[in-house]
Amino acid sequence: MFNKNIYLILIISLVFSISFWIGFNVNLLPAEASINAPIYDELFKILFIIGLIIFIGMTIAVIYSLFKFRKRNNQIGDGIALEGNLSLEIVWTIIPSIIVLLIGLYSYNIYDRMGGMKELNHNHEMMSSNTEKIWAGISQTSDNAIATNNLSIEVSAMQFAFLFNYPKGNFISGELHVPVDQKVSMKMESKDVIHAFWVPEFRIKQDIIPGQPTILNFTPTKVGKYPIICAELCGPYHGGMRASIIVEEESDYKEWFNKNKKPEVNL
Amino acid sequence: MTISIDPQKTNNESLQPKGWLRYFSFSLDHKVIGIQYLVCGFLFYLIGGTLASAIRIELASPMSDFMPRDVYNQVLTLHGTIMIFLWIVPVVNGAFGNYLIPFYVGARDMAFPRLNAVAFWLIPPSGLMLVASYFVEGAAQAGWTAYPPLSITTPQSGQIIWILSVLLLGGSSIFGGINFIATIIKLRRPGLKLMQLPMYCWAMLGTSLLVVLSTPVLAGTLILLSFDIIANTGFFNPVLGGNVVVYQHLFWFYSHPAVYIMVLPAFGLVSEILPVHARKPLFGYTTMVFSIMGIVVLGLVVWAHHMFTSGTPPWMRLFFTIATAFIAVPTGIKFFNWVATLWGGKISINSAMLFSCGFIINFVFGGITGVALAQVPFDIHVHDTYFVVAHFHYIVYGGTVFIIFSSIYHWFPKVTGKMLNEKLGILHFIITFIGFNLCFAPQHWLGLNGMPRRVAEYDPQFQFVNQISSLGALLMAISTIPFLINVFLCVRNGKEAGDNPWNALTPEWLTSSPPPVENWEGEAPLVEEPYGYGKKFSAQK
Repeated sequence: MFNKNIYLILIISLVFSISFWIGFNVNLLPAEASINAPIYDELFKILFIIGLIIFIGMTIAVIYSLFKFRKRNNQIGDGIALEGNLSLEIVWTIIPSIIVLLIGLYSYNIYDRMGGMKELNHNHEMMSSNTEKIWAGISQTSDNAIATNNLSIEVSAMQFAFLFNYPKGNFISGELHVPVDQKVSMKMESKDVIHAFWVPEFRIKQDIIPGQPTILNFTPTKVGKYPIICAELCGPYHGGMRASIIVEEESDYKEWFNKNKKPEVNL
Repeated sequence: MTISIDPQKTNNESLQPKGWLRYFSFSLDHKVIGIQYLVCGFLFYLIGGTLASAIRIELASPMSDFMPRDVYNQVLTLHGTIMIFLWIVPVVNGAFGNYLIPFYVGARDMAFPRLNAVAFWLIPPSGLMLVASYFVEGAAQAGWTAYPPLSITTPQSGQIIWILSVLLLGGSSIFGGINFIATIIKLRRPGLKLMQLPMYCWAMLGTSLLVVLSTPVLAGTLILLSFDIIANTGFFNPVLGGNVVVYQHLFWFYSHPAVYIMVLPAFGLVSEILPVHARKPLFGYTTMVFSIMGIVVLGLVVWAHHMFTSGTPPWMRLFFTIATAFIAVPTGIKFFNWVATLWGGKISINSAMLFSCGFIINFVFGGITGVALAQVPFDIHVHDTYFVVAHFHYIVYGGTVFIIFSSIYHWFPKVTGKMLNEKLGILHFIITFIGFNLCFAPQHWLGLNGMPRRVAEYDPQFQFVNQISSLGALLMAISTIPFLINVFLCVRNGKEAGDNPWNALTPEWLTSSPPPVENWEGEAPLVEEPYGYGKKFSAQK
């Protein structure tokens, strides 16, 4: 019995060690390029480690059973007539319940930190506050949600392109340019079918729904060029509906903006 | 060929067609209907699998070069619809449910044999109609979800046929569901208590409740969608003031439970197979029953997790996150119980057992990614990507299809009286398991790194991983060959199985193989302990 317990403890320790090592050392995600990304990756890591522990543990249990308890040649009779074990069943009901509850609360916390739990159509006060908020805003919203201190952009999605309107510059671009480390508020509308705005490096996605303008807010943190991908099936050329987001230094962004902006025409 | 329509003649074996002709008749015999479901479903599986192969050939290179882009969308729409509505749902419910449930409750047939036949005979014409819709002008190409406005604005004739076909298949499911509930509740042999029923009965009771409660919602939704297409109404068309998110709510109210409609019967089937080949009682019968009912209740209240990026309010995201994640608890109980059933047994390593164990490993993996997907922040990044494709296939192929094969190996001797060849069966398992994991495991990485689903072309950086995935798909296609050879060879020249080759205790094994028309000569046996291995029956071996 003593030896059996030692082996069990050793195996459990090994499963935990391997899972934690893989969780902390194997990066399966693309570059982190927004404030949201490291917060998201924190959750991913936790889920990945817990998942690995359960998967490796169950796989070992199944394979071990197949080998250890396999029927040998000429062996007769059945296994032990064990129909249940109430305390064991209570344990493996309570433990997963606690794990699931903790994961749920933790992910709520993560989502709150990403700004997702804010009602964007009632957040006018919040937007003018000094508190740093990162919004992976995916609620329907009114125009009020676009704060004055953010870079405001209007996004039109159509089969099979994104168009970016810069109201302050009075011009439309096929590429999204934004300055690094500045909050960006996008009001998104679809001209035809459902599309989705996805930047994998930012870990954000929002459907663009015809008849229902949506808001998406983010803060890019790394200079570079990243793909904008339509993730919702939108027709034959869905796979080709891509654009680029160019995150650049403030000065480069201003240069680009000034080069493109058009004077307002007063009629 | 005799067509049995008179209830009194139905039970008369002399009036039934003999041999294989029996399976081409409008029979009211639940066993015949079960096999008809299975064979018909398998034929559609071959069609759906061919379409899957075409998808993987297209994705072996980044550009859209194997088929035109609109044809690609048509192919993936047809693939998804066939696999769900014509393969998995009819087989795990219709085929095994029809074959086994009357045995398990000690009845000679289903409660409504004619309704049962109607439920089956709706499937071949609807399936053929669905396949034929590909050849009319403009096949459906809005995916199996048929989200408006895309389904309204794409070519209409194919989409309308698609809707009609799915409506008929939904009707078939509802008829089947009503029949299963009535049979399990009302046709039980006197003296057989509910808590003595084999676990598959409970799984089918839960599944049928889901079918009856949720399928009508899909039917109503598709009827409204067809009005939008045909009569230019504006239920879901935003141009006419319709709301596309309402469609998503209604669609997913059925289509999330549809996952449980596919996997709950698989849970029931594996619960029948493991105790027989492990020679141990099913561990934790009572908790297994309650976990099925827990899954049914939770399964009905989690649909909106498919819509976290659609503009749902925060409270809804929180509720659906917690509810979805909690399904892991009853599901987890079942998995622990199955492992406990294996533990300390005398396990026969055969094809049925290997496919069942493969199911456990695959489904645990799919379940874990499912818990991750239930978390809103995680879901937002991977929603509508290849991560979801991978997760879904780990559940429905790695879970359900593995169990379908396991069940075929397990019950083939009962149905035909012949044994399948074990060497070919184990070869079938090995190629399927390797091919499946090679195909779908890498797709998690694709989704995490930026490959959306339902695309004919993709970023060239994903080519190598896609090629590995396509190689896995090729292996999965090849794996069907030893299975087909095995079935054909064994039906013709297989070893005689005897009545009960596994020495099993559930009622279907207590009659001849194949069973007579009315299931038993004389009275149905009362089986109070379907999993009583290691008790009084241990001396049999």
